[in-house]
Amino acid sequence: MNRRMVFYLLGKILYIEAALMSLPLVCSAIYKESKSLFAFVITILLSLGLGLALTKFNRPKDKTIFAKEGFVIVALTWVVMSLIGALPFVISGEIPNFFNAFFETVSGFTTTGASILTDVEAISHGCLFWRSFTHWVGGMGILVLVMAIVPTESGRSMHIARAEMPGPIVGKLVPKLKTTAKILYLIYICFTVLEAILLLAGGMSLFDSILHSLGTAGTGGFGVKADSLASYTPYMQWVIAIFMLIFGVNFNIYYLILVRKIRTAFRSEELWVYIGIVLGAVAIITANVYNSFTNFADALRNATFQVASVITTTGYSTVNFSVWPNLSKGILFLLMFIGGCAGSTAGGLKVSRVVLLVKRVFSNLKRSLHPRSTELIKLEGKKVETDTANGVLVYFALYFICITAVFFLLLFEPFDMETNLTATVSCFNNIGPAYASAWDNYNIYSSFSKVVLSFAMLLGRLEIYPMILLFSPTSWLKRRKIKK
Amino acid sequence: MKIVIDGCGKIGKTILASLVAEGHDVVAIDNNPQVLAEITNIYDVMGVCGNGTDSDVLLEAGVETADLVVAMTGSDELNMLTCFLAKKLGAENTIARIRNPEYNDKSLSFMREQMDISLTINPELLTSVELFNLLKLPSAAKVETFSARNFEIVEIKLKPDSALDGMKIMDLRNKFKAKFLISAVCRGEEAYIPDGNFVLKSGDRICISATTLEIIRLMKEIGIQQKSAKKIMIFGGGKLAFYLAKKLSEGKNAVTIIEKKPEVCERLCEALPKVTVVNADGTDQEVLLEEGLLSVDAFVSLTGMDEQNILMSAYAQTKGVPKVITKINRSSLIPLAENWGLDTVISPKVTVSNVLVRYARALENSQGSSVETLYKLMDEKVEVLEFIVKEDSKIIEIPFKDLSLKPNTLVAGIVRNRKTIIPTGDDMFLPQDKVIILAANQRINKLSDIIRG
Repeated sequence: MNRRMVFYLLGKILYIEAALMSLPLVCSAIYKESKSLFAFVITILLSLGLGLALTKFNRPKDKTIFAKEGFVIVALTWVVMSLIGALPFVISGEIPNFFNAFFETVSGFTTTGASILTDVEAISHGCLFWRSFTHWVGGMGILVLVMAIVPTESGRSMHIARAEMPGPIVGKLVPKLKTTAKILYLIYICFTVLEAILLLAGGMSLFDSILHSLGTAGTGGFGVKADSLASYTPYMQWVIAIFMLIFGVNFNIYYLILVRKIRTAFRSEELWVYIGIVLGAVAIITANVYNSFTNFADALRNATFQVASVITTTGYSTVNFSVWPNLSKGILFLLMFIGGCAGSTAGGLKVSRVVLLVKRVFSNLKRSLHPRSTELIKLEGKKVETDTANGVLVYFALYFICITAVFFLLLFEPFDMETNLTATVSCFNNIGPAYASAWDNYNIYSSFSKVVLSFAMLLGRLEIYPMILLFSPTSWLKRRKIKK
Repeated sequence: MKIVIDGCGKIGKTILASLVAEGHDVVAIDNNPQVLAEITNIYDVMGVCGNGTDSDVLLEAGVETADLVVAMTGSDELNMLTCFLAKKLGAENTIARIRNPEYNDKSLSFMREQMDISLTINPELLTSVELFNLLKLPSAAKVETFSARNFEIVEIKLKPDSALDGMKIMDLRNKFKAKFLISAVCRGEEAYIPDGNFVLKSGDRICISATTLEIIRLMKEIGIQQKSAKKIMIFGGGKLAFYLAKKLSEGKNAVTIIEKKPEVCERLCEALPKVTVVNADGTDQEVLLEEGLLSVDAFVSLTGMDEQNILMSAYAQTKGVPKVITKINRSSLIPLAENWGLDTVISPKVTVSNVLVRYARALENSQGSSVETLYKLMDEKVEVLEFIVKEDSKIIEIPFKDLSLKPNTLVAGIVRNRKTIIPTGDDMFLPQDKVIILAANQRINKLSDIIRG
């Protein structure tokens, strides 16, 4: 592996992190919070210093990167970003335990929204902003951001993009990766700003509307109140529910609409399956919980909000749905696995993978009836290459192996099955809340389990491969220097 | 600029690589998903899988907004159809690879006009011209000609006993009577545009620019002059061999082609009556000796297989053939061949990609003084460009000593009223001049790019 290049890129990413942290720094300054201000200054300096060390004293001559380096860069970036990103919480003394702070930051970057905080309302504005901002950055991807603003070092950056962007097939919108990354971020920023404006118009305070927009855009789920969104008006809840669904759609579709290929955009199979699942789940849950609300509008709003929140893996809530009837709880639990569309900011398996899996299952069933039939799997009207289709099967297997492993490691905790299982699935799919004891707080778990769950969140966000390959010795084999 | 390339074989891929390096937005079309997966991994391009003659595929690739569509599949007919469709769908310019000799006669311009194809490229024909020039000037490893052969740049490698070894460039002009410039030097991996204090060493590859006559005189003085090759043996009977043999046999040269397939031999024999066509396996050394390897002036290996070409060229080298030329398509094999002493290597795909890069650059700034000719020398590290100076240019009528040129650029020659000038500090650009510019490690788009600032 080209270690020098990997660390060089890591150094550049530390610069970016320092730059990103200047926003919460400004926020702390506005609210005159000296402790968190100090914490951000120290962290920014540290990040810049490390970045300087990695880029100035380590100039790689050989700049080629292959798939191996792509995976390792992505995995290392996310781990290092989270380690550094946890420091402001520790230094400001708001989350004194480093494991807790690390869990909180990983949960932020991976857009999970699982929190260990027992009293969110006591946290300073600067730290709250940073918490929600990590959602926003992690949602579209740190390295995608790097590609959009830093001059490309190598033509092979596609390896990095593929390792970070979710979904079975990673394509580009336009020929150049850099332009693609810029377009994606532009759409992302526009929707975020639009949501903040709509929330502001509905009477939410500026700070709250910005934070909720950041949290929704990244499909994260960190709020500013202990009861998440329960105390906000129905209008605000509807706005957030709709925007959660918007951010769960493949961003390619927005690009197609932008370039006026509206018919192609609405022909998307994944989009319709996604809409179908949402409508179906909303209908069933509304009927199921109708009795516990005073009127139909309330039931519909709460059902829609919860479905949107879970399928897009955001994790906001307007009611405690862990005490809902079993049917509703079960449907929401299943939605956790599906997640949003590929190419969105959501987590989970992704709708397109589920569609491919179901098609594959049916084609194999048909083959057992007609053993000589030729079967072709199509998605979006196009033949899916065998490699891609097999890749989805392998991913599915790996996904369950990893979930099982994480679940096993949590068995040492003194909690019931429901708590542990939903906590695992919730963290792995980057949702946030779990049922029973872990409903809104993960502080009940030991430090060991917090590290395990943090790892699960990273596995889920980066779609497993990068995190596993980071620990493979063959990824780290040294590259011989060529003498000239 | 937005460019769509259909067909990502050997040539298509090379073109794609150089156009991406130029910074264009490139979309690649190929019907093999594996080829596309490979390409999109290495280069920053978008891939569309499908047939380039399918209008849906072309629309998906975005030809309606493309500035240039390049069809480089192996089939001439598909290329023509792709270009025709692309043009009708709204592409600005189209380039097709058309290499079948049957199309490359008088009918070509008629077809080009009817189908509205902006440019047709015949890689074999282009390469055969390059080969022909090399055989006329065998001491050079590379010969490039500019503005109707009034000006040439030749590349030679300095042998250990060369008269130029250890000389300062400043002293060269005094020692030799000829008017010339050492315009570029490649030492090891680095390429330079040398100044007067540069000291030449054996092992350097140098570029000399001058008129054709002066170059022959200079070669004579340095003592490396060779007579142009008259008896030529060609190994392999493909299209390139056909074009080369045709050109050579028109000029009273004795040409022998060795080709394994009888039907190919028959076709060659029919088309080229003056050429000796031998139906035998050219990898058999006995055959080569029997057909007179020991008495030919030049051996050119042009089969489709790089490995065969390298091996048989190396064999010819050991038998003391004065000039050995090897066709190598995989660029990674070229340094290996050079290690074996095969210093004259040609690569059709590089020739073609030069043509395309030039075309794309000319398209990009069609208003200013655009690129007339473009070559890449020294493993593509040095570019040679030919411009025509326009009347409104801001840099005309200023002596070169008062113009501050960027480092690593050089005005190598000016052709004014069909006369070639090797410029000194007192010369200047005048309107309608054809000027030849060298630039190392940088990109020049228009003439004013060479000025600092």
